[in-house]
Amino acid sequence: MTEDLEIELLLEALHQRYHYDFRHYARASIKRRLIHARGQLGFPTISAIQDRVLHDPSMLPRLLDYLTVQVSDMFRDPSYFKALREKVLPHLRTYPSLKVWIAGCSAGEEVYSLAILFREEGLYDRTIFYATDINPEALAAAETGVFPLDRIRKFTENHRKSGGKSSLSDYYTAAYGRAAFDKSLRSRVVFSDHSLVTDAVFAEMHLISCRNVMIYFDRPLQDRAIGLFRESLTRNGFLGLGSKESLRFSAHAPAFSEFVAGEKIYQRRER
Amino acid sequence: MTETPIKAVAIGASAGAVQALLAILPALPARFSLPILVVVHVPPDRDNALAPLLQSKCRIAVKEAEDKEPIEGGAIYLAPSDYHLLVETQRTLALSTDELVNYSRPSIDALFESAADAYGPELVGVILTGANHDGAAGLKAVKDAGGVAIVEDPTGAYATAMPLAALEACPSAITMNIDAIASYLSSLGPA
Ligand SMILES: C[S@@+](CC[C@H](N)C(=O)[O-])C[C@H]1O[C@@H](n2cnc3c(N)ncnc32)[C@H](O)[C@@H]1O
Repeated sequence: MTEDLEIELLLEALHQRYHYDFRHYARASIKRRLIHARGQLGFPTISAIQDRVLHDPSMLPRLLDYLTVQVSDMFRDPSYFKALREKVLPHLRTYPSLKVWIAGCSAGEEVYSLAILFREEGLYDRTIFYATDINPEALAAAETGVFPLDRIRKFTENHRKSGGKSSLSDYYTAAYGRAAFDKSLRSRVVFSDHSLVTDAVFAEMHLISCRNVMIYFDRPLQDRAIGLFRESLTRNGFLGLGSKESLRFSAHAPAFSEFVAGEKIYQRRER
Repeated sequence: MTETPIKAVAIGASAGAVQALLAILPALPARFSLPILVVVHVPPDRDNALAPLLQSKCRIAVKEAEDKEPIEGGAIYLAPSDYHLLVETQRTLALSTDELVNYSRPSIDALFESAADAYGPELVGVILTGANHDGAAGLKAVKDAGGVAIVEDPTGAYATAMPLAALEACPSAITMNIDAIASYLSSLGPA
């Protein structure tokens, strides 16, 4: 179909012009989102979007918002955070210093969740968190740590269900319909632009949390990303995925063992 | 009804879904050979109890769809709660947490439109009972791609809004009551 070809060409153009590589993203959802973008942005065709973005770089962030899905919540899937708290952190406790990578961190919901979790468990001060994403606006939002107040009720409920040891309200101040999370929660967080598609390993990690990012990749691309995680993890390091993701279809599956069944938390086997 | 051999079935249902599915899916023969992709609107944050329930009554395998899973015949794949279920053109399943479509995630439109892309005329789309408009655009996409569009007869449906909306978007869809849908699907089985 013509539209499929136009999408192919647009993705190729984005790659050649801006080095954003969506060529191996799961096509069905990219297509839905681009058709939605075309309607919302008022273009007659996908090719018209391509023409515009090639000549007008200010169009790029708007397009990125359609190409990257930003849906997230703090303590999304509370049972995952509960499992980290109860099963993984006891192991991490044995290290004098820790590195944690939150890959595809969106506007920071997952970053603040982990920061609070580590603080509640007394591990925050010996940890460095790397929070990465390819969407610059999401990263900028993550760095400010401000969320609309109407999202806080859900966050609070999730935090409680995750086994939270304090009240979420201890960590933010509310004003003008917004909740601003405490600066100290990001004093040990490094935010940076990093793509699982095109960039390389950058440090040795004890825990990598990459949730609901790889569902947007095709299988070869998932394998690339999992390969990065495999190389990044220390011996016996942990990898947490989204609740509907698994290593089952990955070429790297043998390098990992299931650590918490049902929560998609894996452990790197001995190197 | 059509000359093209059918390769897959997509079903969407909302309010009243469980009763309707229990009237259709258990009727399928054990040697039913097509994949069935199902979106039911279920509240998020709720463990999906539907798969075990259906499995206890059905003769073919029932499972929650997994991301990147190859689609196999003779199995019923349910969209997990809070994820859209999509079909890739290589006929594998993909999940996504894109925004709600028609206030729903999973969305019937999202499944049907991607399945219509992947299967073209080899797809049957079935819209069952429901109190919203999800699935109407999807069913039209199925029809436009040359597939077979079926809508539960609104007069017998538990909730009529969804079948009516589907018929409005896709007037050439065939209406059938639940029993007729069950026997039609059963007849597609062993190709
Ligand atoms: C659905 S959000 C997931 C947010 C959070 N991890 C969660 O589970 O709630 C997906 C995120 O992945 C990011 N992303 C997409 N492609 C990426 C890539 N190649 N490398 C890193 N991040 C990517 C998107 O920008 C978006 O912020």
